[in-house]
Amino acid sequence: MDIKRRQFLKIAGLSTIAGLGAPAAFNLLLKGGPDTVSYASSGGEAEASHEAAPTGVRLGMVIDQRVFDANKGLAQKCTTACHTVHNVPNFGNKKDEIKWIFEVPFEKAFTGKSQYHKNKNLEDSSFLVLCNHCDNPPCVRACPTKATFKRKDGIVAMDYHRCIGCRFCMAACPYGMRSFNWRDPRPFIDQKTHNKEFPTRMRGVVEKCNFCVDRLARGQQPACVEACGNTGAMTFGDLNDSHSEIVKLLDNNFTIQRKPSLGTNPSVFYIV
Amino acid sequence: MLEKALTGSNKYWGWIAVLLAFMAAGALSYVQQYNYGLGMTGMSRDVSWGIYIAQFTFLVGVAASGVMVVLPYYLHNYKIFGKITILGEFLAVAAVSMCLLFIMADLGQPTRALNVLLHPTPGSILFWDMIVLNVYLFLNIFVGWVVLTAEKKEVAPPKWIKPFIYISIPWAVSIHTVTAFLYAGLPGRHFWLTAILAPRFLASAFAAGPALLILLCLIIKRVTKFDAGQEAIQKLVTIVTYAALINVFFILLEFFTSYYSNIPGHMHTLDYLFFGLHGHSQLVPWMRVSAIFGIVAIVMFLIPAARKREDTLAIACVLLFVSFWIDKGIGLVIGGFVPSPLEEITAYYPSFQEIMITLGIWATGFFILTVLFKIALSVKEEKMIS
Ligand code: SF4
Ligand code: SF4
Ligand code: SF4
Repeated sequence: MDIKRRQFLKIAGLSTIAGLGAPAAFNLLLKGGPDTVSYASSGGEAEASHEAAPTGVRLGMVIDQRVFDANKGLAQKCTTACHTVHNVPNFGNKKDEIKWIFEVPFEKAFTGKSQYHKNKNLEDSSFLVLCNHCDNPPCVRACPTKATFKRKDGIVAMDYHRCIGCRFCMAACPYGMRSFNWRDPRPFIDQKTHNKEFPTRMRGVVEKCNFCVDRLARGQQPACVEACGNTGAMTFGDLNDSHSEIVKLLDNNFTIQRKPSLGTNPSVFYIV
Repeated sequence: MLEKALTGSNKYWGWIAVLLAFMAAGALSYVQQYNYGLGMTGMSRDVSWGIYIAQFTFLVGVAASGVMVVLPYYLHNYKIFGKITILGEFLAVAAVSMCLLFIMADLGQPTRALNVLLHPTPGSILFWDMIVLNVYLFLNIFVGWVVLTAEKKEVAPPKWIKPFIYISIPWAVSIHTVTAFLYAGLPGRHFWLTAILAPRFLASAFAAGPALLILLCLIIKRVTKFDAGQEAIQKLVTIVTYAALINVFFILLEFFTSYYSNIPGHMHTLDYLFFGLHGHSQLVPWMRVSAIFGIVAIVMFLIPAARKREDTLAIACVLLFVSFWIDKGIGLVIGGFVPSPLEEITAYYPSFQEIMITLGIWATGFFILTVLFKIALSVKEEKMIS
């Protein structure tokens, strides 16, 4: 826990200085070869990523499905943690539904991956899906008001006060990770667990996972990662920092991303 | 000239009253929606755009189609259309007005609509769509008004209006192209991700729009002394027929690419729309009606006896208009959300309020259309009498 904590403070610090633009050469040295990151930064850049130093901080997440498979119920804990911390309402019906992180079977999370004989492990496995904080996010490109924007640390964040509720971003997100407040969400937030430190939303705006941007600023881990305790089920960190735990995980394991062929460069990786 | 809209027969006022009633009903429903939120509609997380955006998309086409009478007249000096260019322009005005109203009805936070201009985002297609639509609206009101005023004074339109007319021609193409780009540039929405979406939009627009214009001309002929003339109408029929055939050709191209390539993502939505997907076939009857109406209409347009008679021509135009309205106004937009990015199938049924608001906006469009046509035709009738 200690190491993780220290790393987090580092990330939080880095997030603030990333904007100052660390020399690109220095960053190139830190980087481990021609991976998806360098490809991403040379590819079509989305609106807000123009100013971002191509090799600055890029926050990301690794989800170790082996751990989730071994710990049934853990994924549910993550969902509850996130939805409680962020005052995500529970309408109890599918039509109004708002969700930031949720479980789906393999074939929904990873569409287009066919298997003749389905791997036994996958049969009753369910995968947590959340916003991928794409390095090349179509939702940011689509948004007509910059209410959805990409920060210099790679987080795709939202300004609920600017959003006009056109839902263009929902059509644009190829992962189905955005929710809309079809009606006033406030009466559907459990008052017992209401988190006064996080804003509630008004009706008519879009929302989604924000990589716990405000918790990071306070040196905390994302709520879902914290809910995993020290199981190692979820690891959060800077994908461009070769010393970070997350980069070690990526170096030593075969990971997959959701719909990589679309060129969005998701920052969430899965060890299956 | 506005005063011309204030005098009319009982029939005229009766029609106006009907429209006002629908507008009022729509406004009431909108108040409900405004107070409750868009949850009042049938839309959901998976089908996040519904009939509002569908109508918007269809009507951009109707608006763009005004160019089909403006272009032959001004660029090719095709005199026969001289009488009806103003109708094409005013139809465009009414259609764009409806488009803007449908967008407003669809916004979750309508009071913030100006954020699009306060925080201009050139990377967003919606930003450009707002701009091209508003400019197109302005161009058509302006050109229509100036030309009509000149006509009233029985002088030639001023020379300086020409550049505006010439700009309005490519501008018409641009509004529908940009609207197609709203859809055609989204990764992961296979049904929309096709380079021929803009041409498809234009083809269906140049069929459905003039078909509506023919219908309007036939109605006007009954209720006023103004006759667009057999030749002008038959020319419009030719335009409609070609555009409709090209549209059918484009749709067949989509079928070929999807089914011959056999890529599941490309077949899913077509399956869902025309044959049913995993037992979900909510839209299949609609799409089949659309296909049948479209084919019957085209056949009628191709038979000289059918297209020359006013009653059969009117039927053919109605069939074609309905066919393309279903194709674009329902199939394209709503179908595009099925299956969802997680490959789930969610059905969408518009709610009562949603339908009332939609009817209310159509009524508003027809109200604008009626008033503008009334003015234009009064001017023309006056000239005929004198
Ligand atoms: S997952 Fe969707 S919402 Fe998140 S950044 Fe990517 S496109 Fe945007
Ligand atoms: S709904 Fe809000 S965040 Fe999404 S595109 Fe529209 S303004 Fe941007
Ligand atoms: S990172 Fe934060 S906002 Fe995103 S899913 Fe986890 S807890 Fe929720």
